[in-house]
Amino acid sequence: MKILPSEITPYKNYLNRRKFIKSSVATGFVLGTSTGLKANHLSNANIYTDQLDENDSLNSYEEITTYNNFYEFGMGKTDPSENSKNFKPKPWSISLEGLINNPQVIDLEKVLEKVTIEDRVYRLRCVEAWSMVIPWQGFPLSELINIADPLSSAKFIQFITVFRPEEMPGQKRRLLPWPYVEGLRMDEAMHPLTILSTGLYGHDLLNQSGAPLRLVVPWKYGFKSIKSISSIRFVDKQPEATWSMLAPSEYGFYSNVNNLVDHPRWSQGTERRIGEFKRRETLIYNGYEEEVSYLYEGMDLKKYY
Amino acid sequence: MISTPSFKKIKPLIFLTIILPSLFWSYQFINGSLGVNPIEKFMDNMGEMALRLIVLTLFISSLSEFKKFRFLIEARRMIGLFAFFYVSCHFLTYIALDHFFDLTFIIKDIIKRPFITFGFISFIFLIPLAITSPKIMLRKLGFKIWKKIHYLIYPAAILSSVHFYMLVRANKIEPAIYIFLILLLLLYRLYFKIILPQLAR
Repeated sequence: MKILPSEITPYKNYLNRRKFIKSSVATGFVLGTSTGLKANHLSNANIYTDQLDENDSLNSYEEITTYNNFYEFGMGKTDPSENSKNFKPKPWSISLEGLINNPQVIDLEKVLEKVTIEDRVYRLRCVEAWSMVIPWQGFPLSELINIADPLSSAKFIQFITVFRPEEMPGQKRRLLPWPYVEGLRMDEAMHPLTILSTGLYGHDLLNQSGAPLRLVVPWKYGFKSIKSISSIRFVDKQPEATWSMLAPSEYGFYSNVNNLVDHPRWSQGTERRIGEFKRRETLIYNGYEEEVSYLYEGMDLKKYY
Repeated sequence: MISTPSFKKIKPLIFLTIILPSLFWSYQFINGSLGVNPIEKFMDNMGEMALRLIVLTLFISSLSEFKKFRFLIEARRMIGLFAFFYVSCHFLTYIALDHFFDLTFIIKDIIKRPFITFGFISFIFLIPLAITSPKIMLRKLGFKIWKKIHYLIYPAAILSSVHFYMLVRANKIEPAIYIFLILLLLLYRLYFKIILPQLAR
């Protein structure tokens, strides 16, 4: 899909980001072209502003789509936007597996017929201590879980990124053990804030953002929000997750944003919001404490980091 | 200063080649074309350039054991000073841009984070090298003491490459290459300075 020039922040305007957002909100985005996917990606500037927290402003489309951690396309921040041209997110199907009543390989188009695409403006906090504010489009993961209809023995969900070394150059090297896997506890997965995203800023996800379908769990570090999901597996035990497998002392299974529990190598107390000069204080659960803290009541967050 | 003709000719060229990246990145930084997280990029670029120059000075030291390459030793001082320049830029970026002079945080960070501790000690080690860099200092101190001070380049090099190794999240091949090169050059020097003279005896 064509990206409208109005949505790209030229470098010159980089320092005027706030101004740019104001003006784009005022004029609204001109959209409505078919997205190919049947997801109804309309960019609704009013909804964005309504959902924005007082201290936040949206990051630009350019910032969100040129600064990515997606090692399947290389380790540098600009590698995903530069090396993902050959990735084919269409057609796409998702394999629902494990402890469920309806195991199946389901076309993404089919899923999209059954769900409603919503706008969700979320903060994204990377474990590397930078952050962004992103206007996602997507649907609650719980809706897909309901389609799968899990057995009561299903306690966790594992997500698996597609493995296509021919289209994902990073997968040709052993940067990480492929395919990338992540997991959630069932109650985290069912939480209304947890979404599967299909778009941002009113566009289908670009390949570098995890097209065509990715997880977004806004109170956890970014690497939990696995991209380009090809399988969703319902299991009874805490599943493996790539980073926590690779360096268990540095990345826990939960990986909730927590300013009080530092990464062993750096502080998690502050973060750089992309586009801002001074660092911000990091908020516990990335500012979603009110909504999610009950999930972890009584848990020692220093132990279950 | 006795310069061989060949070095005199290439000196300005080396000077330009080494200073150019810093000017280019500064221009990009101001101009906003250093990506969407310019502070991080600027800091990383400066740090890696410093490490490259440190390795280059070690390489020159080893090469100059050979008569043919002796003239290179003249370039070492300049390259070493540039390494210090890039390290300083790297460190100042960390203080001024990354943490905006939040000294309480910075001091805590330096003490608490091994990779920052290593980088900081490496920077401290390089200061006496930069100060004793002028020929006058060499004359004042005498060659023996001067030489001893300048052996600090080896721990500084090892610490800064380990600093790099520790901060990388995955695929540590690139920083590992720096560590490997530095250890190789150190061993080579040890062989020439210690083992070979003993064998000759």
